[in-house]
Amino acid sequence: MALSQDEIFEKVQVALVDALGVDDDEVTREATLVGDLGAESIDFLDIVFKLEKSFGITIPREELSPEDILTNSQYVQDGIVTGEGLAELKRRMPWANLTEFEKKPRVQDFGNLLTAGDLCNYVESKVGE
Amino acid sequence: MRWLWVDRFTEFVSGSHASGIKNVSLDEEVVDEYCPGYPMLPPTLIIEGLAQLGGILVAEHFGFEKRVVLAKVGKAVYFQPARPGDQLRYFVRIEATQHDGATVSCTSHCDGKLQAEVEIMFAFLEDGRFTTGPLFNPGDLGAMLRLMSMFHVAVDADGNPLPQYSNI
Repeated sequence: MALSQDEIFEKVQVALVDALGVDDDEVTREATLVGDLGAESIDFLDIVFKLEKSFGITIPREELSPEDILTNSQYVQDGIVTGEGLAELKRRMPWANLTEFEKKPRVQDFGNLLTAGDLCNYVESKVGE
Repeated sequence: MRWLWVDRFTEFVSGSHASGIKNVSLDEEVVDEYCPGYPMLPPTLIIEGLAQLGGILVAEHFGFEKRVVLAKVGKAVYFQPARPGDQLRYFVRIEATQHDGATVSCTSHCDGKLQAEVEIMFAFLEDGRFTTGPLFNPGDLGAMLRLMSMFHVAVDADGNPLPQYSNI
């Protein structure tokens, strides 16, 4: 039986609370993983392990961390993601809300883009496969 | 300083699990200096021993080609202190692997009683992160594993002895 959006959020919330040592109420759909919840680079690996176990899914690295796009001169010029790069990011990460990022697509800001809600959307796309 | 926190491997099944022994001795300075008047093996060094057991289990699973480091302790619960004379029996199981890390679950038992439960995440250092090249000098890791009697007990998933690794 397919999981509801609320059920997915609850399990993502548990994963983030365990991985980041934050309180339940800090994990809102709008909370950014890095800025609001204090995730560091090593925490993303932990989150991946927890989501894989909790949902029984496999998470390839490139799906959550499009580093290859952000370091590709074809898609980035002077630290800014080009229109072509943004299109590639949207294709790769259709579950992420890139609206704010698109206004000023600086590569250095990408790390603080993902929210708990984005993770829920990602998981929903995976469990539906 | 010596940094061997497992005395002996007692079981090693490639890609699955490993067991080992840690004897707590008053001869170890850290045992009586950690909490003066109440000698015990510091709990952090129980994590270190489990991490050595688990890190080697993970590293072997990847042919000793990954630079495996302890990245995160997800959980550590202690049920009783490890006192001089105690023999801790460590058990570590691989829970999950990724191409850039792995998780293991661990237990420590003393006299048949659960002494500690620990969850550990390892990360694999990327090239150029902190240091380049192998983490061990040539031959040092192999020597450490022989000291811990790992190859006496290590088998692959089919029960066959492990191959000779030329890179450790």
